[in-house]
Amino acid sequence: MTYVGIIITYVFISNLVLSQFLGLCPFIGVSKNTESAVGMGFAVTFVMSLAALITWALQHFVLIPLNIVFLQTVTFILVIATLVQLVEMAVRKYSPPLYQALGIYLPLITTNCGVMGIALISVNKSYGPMESFIAGLSAGAGFLMALLFMSGIRERLDTEKVPRFLQGTPIAFISGGLMALAFMAFDHALLTNLIGG
Amino acid sequence: MEGIGRILAAFLSTTVFAALLGLGLAIASRKLKVEKDEKVEALNDILPGLNCGACGYAGCEGYAEALASESDSNISRCGPGGDETKEELGNLLGLSADESSVRMVARLACLGTDEAAVKEFQYVGYSDCESAHLHFDGDKGCKYGCLGLGSCVKACPVGAIDYTGDGLVVVDPEKCIGCEICVDICPTGAMKMVPEDADWFVACNSNDKAKVTKSLCTAGCIGCRICERKFPDAGYVVTDNLSTLSYTGERGEGRAGAATACPPKCIIPIKKED
Repeated sequence: MTYVGIIITYVFISNLVLSQFLGLCPFIGVSKNTESAVGMGFAVTFVMSLAALITWALQHFVLIPLNIVFLQTVTFILVIATLVQLVEMAVRKYSPPLYQALGIYLPLITTNCGVMGIALISVNKSYGPMESFIAGLSAGAGFLMALLFMSGIRERLDTEKVPRFLQGTPIAFISGGLMALAFMAFDHALLTNLIGG
Repeated sequence: MEGIGRILAAFLSTTVFAALLGLGLAIASRKLKVEKDEKVEALNDILPGLNCGACGYAGCEGYAEALASESDSNISRCGPGGDETKEELGNLLGLSADESSVRMVARLACLGTDEAAVKEFQYVGYSDCESAHLHFDGDKGCKYGCLGLGSCVKACPVGAIDYTGDGLVVVDPEKCIGCEICVDICPTGAMKMVPEDADWFVACNSNDKAKVTKSLCTAGCIGCRICERKFPDAGYVVTDNLSTLSYTGERGEGRAGAATACPPKCIIPIKKED
């Protein structure tokens, strides 16, 4: 698949949150206001791109040669968690402004299932390193977009009169579900029409 | 038996792998340790840690950093800490506090209780002043008064504001830390900052003309200028149909007299013994 195809696929068609239902915890937890939603979105994008790349390397240089692909899930979790911690330390040391913007969200996503999801998806679809990286990047961008939309909706919801039994998370889930329904309009036919295959 | 061997191998290799990663992280945390400035740490310990933003920085650490880097030499910015914090900061930094500054506290400039003020319509909706204000600037006839739905009560970081029960809110000056969050959040601007040692206070915020004010609220300042004209030394100034009392300079005679003479009685004493 071309890079453009991968980007469209993971931002719109197979959006991690809206069509694969991965990474819902931050989607609900951090979408209460736009500012933190954007911070979280960028942090996830950053980690996803790195994680996709690293797990590709792990898969092709360690797991396949040693014939231990059945340890994939466990090792991916270990490596991603370590990677995020390491990145957090490095960012804190070398780039305080970036740490101010992203740092506080990094520990929250050490074990985000969206990150794990895109790593496994790229491996299962046998993407190359660059394709994996692009997939991670665009999945992160899709996540950022979903989070941004959701935070907008929830900021509006705050001033609306919501029945008491639906206040808070329930109405957020319903709104999220409706938004996901709208995203059903993006399917693979779009991809075929856009880039011919 | 071969199966068990494989399981063991998987178990061992994963454990070793995880241990290696853990070791790597431990080393990295040593190597990448951020040298925190001891001065900032010490200053941060003195500050109350409420992160209210009254100092104008993004939380206590921001203020501590600014003080440590000497980009800011004013040690009396912290409202919540009070004199104690000021003194400790002064000791540490070798600076003396600016003594002329008096602690400011928030006060509600409105006496329009449910009884005193006319309501234009019945507001049924989200119990929040901001939301009520979206509908014709609130349900009260007077568009300058307290809406009583308590956006400030919810926003106050120290719980110093409470409902009075008759459509207004009241600030506890003892608890108030002067962070001005309520002043910013109040959609009508009825919350004002007043020095802690203030004696009298014009508890109205209405810029409406006398006739309008009178028709909307029995306790509203009508801008009659009695306080200004009869008691010229007291420091009352009427602008835009609203009297304001100055707290700077000498507090001349007649501040109490004006309160008695005020037709709608909207000049209220702040301390009971006055």
